[in-house]
Amino acid sequence: MITTDILIIGAGPTGLFTIFEAGLLKLKCHLIDALPQPGGQCSEIYPKKPIYDIPAYPEILAGDLTDKLIEQTKQFKPGFTLGERAETIDKQEDGSFIVTTNKGTKHHAKIVAIAGGLGSFEPRKPKIESLEKFEDNGVEYIIKEPELYRDKKVVISGGGDSALDWAIFLSDVASEVTLIHRRNEFRGALDSVEKVQELKNAGKIRMITPAEVKGIVGDDKVTGVVVEKKGEDAFTVDTDHFIPLFGLSPKLGPIANWGLEIEKNAIKVNNALDYQTNIPGIYAIGDVNTYPGKLKLILCGFHEATLMCQSAYKRIFPDKKYVMKYTTVGGVEGFDGTKKEAPKAVVKAIE
Amino acid sequence: MQDINIKITDRNGVKHDIVAPTDMAMNLMEVVRSYELAEEGTIGICGGMAMCASCQCYVNSDTELPAMTDDEDAMLAEAFDVEDNSRLGCQIQMTPEMEGLEVTLAPES
Repeated sequence: MITTDILIIGAGPTGLFTIFEAGLLKLKCHLIDALPQPGGQCSEIYPKKPIYDIPAYPEILAGDLTDKLIEQTKQFKPGFTLGERAETIDKQEDGSFIVTTNKGTKHHAKIVAIAGGLGSFEPRKPKIESLEKFEDNGVEYIIKEPELYRDKKVVISGGGDSALDWAIFLSDVASEVTLIHRRNEFRGALDSVEKVQELKNAGKIRMITPAEVKGIVGDDKVTGVVVEKKGEDAFTVDTDHFIPLFGLSPKLGPIANWGLEIEKNAIKVNNALDYQTNIPGIYAIGDVNTYPGKLKLILCGFHEATLMCQSAYKRIFPDKKYVMKYTTVGGVEGFDGTKKEAPKAVVKAIE
Repeated sequence: MQDINIKITDRNGVKHDIVAPTDMAMNLMEVVRSYELAEEGTIGICGGMAMCASCQCYVNSDTELPAMTDDEDAMLAEAFDVEDNSRLGCQIQMTPEMEGLEVTLAPES
């Protein structure tokens, strides 16, 4: 069991900044994210895109913003459970919560802050009949264990970076790799496209373009896929695995069943005070919440995170007196023993 | 500044006559959101960067549209339910030339 003060669901910019604000109040944070790396949309969807409305940054790349937020929180030693999705929440008698992920990891916290953005990123599934029946029986949307494909026949479908990268990787592992895409053109890093071209020329990757996988053949396990090439009759390609790689799209997911008030695919919160949800002790901050006048902006998420931490502190320590301290005055004391503070002015007489 | 009239059929098949401003640098996806013709969180997920296809629509009129960028073209190559008249709403700016535009929103995917 992982224990912490504030359990943050979602490691995007709002979730990351919460670590800092909580740290100033000496509260420890642990974050859960379905993606394998922190940063949320900023690192998953548009790391190379510039953002122009982060205060004091006339321009910053989304990926760089993530890096700087992580650097800013380091001294508060946050914990991470990455690549797992928060699945269930159980309120304990003492008012604390236990959140369990899809992989069974349990987290115990006094406060839960949902900073889930648009939801957890799930693979986009092509509309193929009985596709779901074959999931984990030859159909995989995410490659977790490359050894699974050792000396097997693999069909990959998709035209982006992940389709190209996995086709390249598996060409060394699988007995046969077929890459199917609706176009002749691929959208990916230039060297990946060139590498696939080389492997195709060397006979290590078979390409079928422009074409689409329209069906799956097999009883319990995948034995082949039905492929339609433009202007030709459909044909079957024998395979042990079919891996559709069409990117990820966010879904609110299991959080929608936690008994929280939901409106327009977002969680309703009290914006007059502290961004708490209808369940005391559970807050929602950043793009995942809604209230009158809500704007889904990173900078608004930072503000919401700050107020939320103050409220969380009062909830955890109802009897402690506290006033907000400026970092310029109090500095930043890390949980790792470090202290950042303003250099002391020198007092010395001038003769 | 001139407003334009466009017709948008939502995901439930209901047709809406919409007046869209041309002076607010809005695109079609944003017009759909401002009139709440698709549920929040199901359209414009990437914010309008041609990176998610949640604003895909089918163009039913012969309006002369802005040329497709490589980004839009590549995104549509990976999207689902794509037809020959598919476009991404976020890449269609509301300009006087879009007067009379008629589109149907593609299913959510």
